[in-house]
Amino acid sequence: MTAPDDELGPESVELVRPYVITNGRGLPDRDRFDLITLVTASAGDRRTDRLDPEKRSLVKLCEGGYLSVAEIAGHLRLPIGIVKVLLSDLAEAGYVQTRTPVPPAQLADIQVLQEVLDGLQARFG
Amino acid sequence: MDSRRALGDNVHLPEKVQIAAKILVVGHFAVGKTTFIGTLSEIPPLRTEETMTQAGADVDDLKGIRGKTTTTVAMDFGRLTLNERLVLYLFGTPGQQRFVQVWEDMTRGALGALILVDPQRLRESFAVMDLVEKYGIPYAIAVNRFDGTPSRADEELREALDLLPETPIVTCDARDERSSANALMALVRYLQSRTR
Ligand SMILES: Nc1nc2c(ncn2[C@@H]2O[C@H](COP(=O)(O)OP(=O)(O)OP(=O)(O)O)[C@@H](O)[C@H]2O)c(=O)[nH]1
Ligand SMILES: [Mg+2]
Repeated sequence: MTAPDDELGPESVELVRPYVITNGRGLPDRDRFDLITLVTASAGDRRTDRLDPEKRSLVKLCEGGYLSVAEIAGHLRLPIGIVKVLLSDLAEAGYVQTRTPVPPAQLADIQVLQEVLDGLQARFG
Repeated sequence: MDSRRALGDNVHLPEKVQIAAKILVVGHFAVGKTTFIGTLSEIPPLRTEETMTQAGADVDDLKGIRGKTTTTVAMDFGRLTLNERLVLYLFGTPGQQRFVQVWEDMTRGALGALILVDPQRLRESFAVMDLVEKYGIPYAIAVNRFDGTPSRADEELREALDLLPETPIVTCDARDERSSANALMALVRYLQSRTR
């Protein structure tokens, strides 16, 4: 099975992300925010009126409970890269907290797979 | 306005959620990825985009964007809360793009991939299969039979796609819930068999 001209690698197209919303900041800590990292607003009243509009809507969205990084990006219609930058600022300032997905090596893989299968069976019969 | 009310009740995850798992739904253009995810997802499928700005590299081989400086890579995804502590996300992305960052994000921590294949367009699946293999993601093949296409023997498909003997091949109609769930369960059972 080959598609010879489709090799991925460092020689692939070099890309940079838009810096507008992120005030020119570079890419955030990529290990902290995965697509499925679960995020919620921190408990307690925190003033959001001085936050940028994007950050304010992000915190608002997360006040209702947990959402994945991907869902936040989808609801806010922002690119994933930007959401990660906003989140790392907000986490640092204490507005949001995360429930980091367990990396696969540490996952009790067998148990998660069994729970996935059981869950699918229960739902779809 | 309260975002909780504005977004409705089924937006957020249950309070006790602990584990987020991820399975990829991939395949070539128009093979049924979005349909599949929409059929199984408990939330209206969401789309995220990553806008990439070209940094002066050669983009000749990216069909259709020659001369442009930005392009957009879209990912569809859906969600299934499977028990009070476990949520499963299904991510779909086309296979013809070669954006390293998107594939790294998508594949990191993925349990496995379901590769949707149209038996009439087998060759178009090679690129995405290469990507899935390159990132070491275990996969099953879901043959999405479009109306009126003749069926092909599994062995013929296995040979054409150069599959390992143990790689599952299931037939599925991405518009049908039961059929799509069966394909997903076949993948999960295969993943289980690999951990033994
Ligand atoms: N007969 C049949 N039609 C299907 C099936 N799955 C999808 N379709 C149809 O095929 C078309 C393409 O499906 P999509 O779900 O948009 O495919 P996709 O892979 O998301 O396409 P791109 O995102 O553009 O690559 C739609 O018109 C679907 O209704 C299937 O299992 N059987
Ligand atoms: Mg699609």
